Amino acid sequence: MECRGKLDSGDDVMNCAECEILLHALIDGELDAGHAREVEAHAATCAACGEKLEAFRAMRQAMTGASLKEKAPVSLRSRIEAALPQPSAQIIAPRKFFQPSRRSFFGGLAVGTALSAAVAASLVLTVFRSDQEDTIAGEVVSAHIRSLQAGHLMDVETSDQHTVKPWFNGKLDVAPPVIDLTAEGFTLVGGRLDYIDGEPVASVVYQRRKHVINLFVAQRLGSEHATVTDRTIQGYNVRHWSEQGLDFWAVSDLAGDELDEFVQKISAALHPNPS
Amino acid sequence: MLDRLHSEAPTLFWTAERNTMTSDANADLDKTRRFRDAALPHLDDVFTLARYLMRNAADAEDAAQECYLRALCHFDSYRGPAMKPWLLAILRNVCYGEFARRGKQEMPSDSTGDEPAAEKLPMWQEPQASPETALLREQDGATIRRLVGELPQQFREAIVLREINDLSYQEIAEVSGVPVGTVMSRLARARALLRSAWNAAESSTAGTTS
Repeated sequence: MECRGKLDSGDDVMNCAECEILLHALIDGELDAGHAREVEAHAATCAACGEKLEAFRAMRQAMTGASLKEKAPVSLRSRIEAALPQPSAQIIAPRKFFQPSRRSFFGGLAVGTALSAAVAASLVLTVFRSDQEDTIAGEVVSAHIRSLQAGHLMDVETSDQHTVKPWFNGKLDVAPPVIDLTAEGFTLVGGRLDYIDGEPVASVVYQRRKHVINLFVAQRLGSEHATVTDRTIQGYNVRHWSEQGLDFWAVSDLAGDELDEFVQKISAALHPNPS
Repeated sequence: MLDRLHSEAPTLFWTAERNTMTSDANADLDKTRRFRDAALPHLDDVFTLARYLMRNAADAEDAAQECYLRALCHFDSYRGPAMKPWLLAILRNVCYGEFARRGKQEMPSDSTGDEPAAEKLPMWQEPQASPETALLREQDGATIRRLVGELPQQFREAIVLREINDLSYQEIAEVSGVPVGTVMSRLARARALLRSAWNAAESSTAGTTS
């Protein structure tokens, strides 16, 4: 009704009907430069289309600003976690997310599959001993990624090593070394109890700039490596070494050489008097 | 000779089966872990679309959970590139399957109709005399949610995928199973409907406050 028919600008004319569709592609950033110019040119000369373009732009902005995305309820997240066949459902337990009472009929399924997964896992460990290191490396990276999700990073949040270390008492059968490397550019931010390969492990959390480093420490976690082994999984750098009867796994999105530097500092701090 | 073969066969079979089982179990654990890391971060998007399609929270939760279980089953065939549209396509199937199961009870009026069907919708013109219209300006987010929620199904789906799930036209086309051209006309229609509803809501507010 407000359309004025064709715009007489030679060959590449755009009419209001076309413009009415294409102006949405323009505000959605889906038009190539040529078409974008055409739509803008038409909107500049056609009052009706110009007004529409402005109105829809404003509407789009209001919608973006209103943050319309819903937050999935925590209970839904736990229901799904519980229904996924994985022994690491245990990981959820210490963080109070696991609510058996809220599980639906899928709960039965989860128990069944978790059980068979546990049986299968034990078979895997005995038969595929050599794969264990890879499996643990994968789990370490998964634990790192999970820790980056909101509210999962730290159970104890402090930069004081004398708070972090005692926090692990009674939670683990080892006392993980907690080393303050703030002066060296790696800030100690806290600690967390995590589960890898079905065993509780300590994670000491460090930060360099915006990059989080999880240092997982446990008595036996993978095969023993006197020297540092390095690998990259899903874009994360992973370092594993064994020292003083403990296994250390450092994971971060930090560049490889910076993570190496971190590993050296930790290792050096474990031997205050090098001989 | 035959006897030997018979006595050996089961042993061979057993060995083969056991090997498959352990490597399968290994692969399963790995698969679930990869699935969890790749898919769970999109739960808010999945739940949001479910909320707008199913139009109530309990159904949306069930649909989202069913979506994740199906997605895990099909994770082997997932080849990317993007996880979010893949999940949303599964969710959409879950919701439409549920509509079909219920005999379209919950289907909005225009379920499969052509776009002109949306034109004869009186609700866009009628100012809703509910108490919350008075709070329109302060509660913009809630109002927009309601207006989007009242759009006819295919337009609602298109605009939620675009504005809230932040998909590209190509991705929306894949999720909805229609050509990109259809996505564009649906979006244009959706925004036109939304705009008139928006204006109606604003003028009704202006009317009640002044």
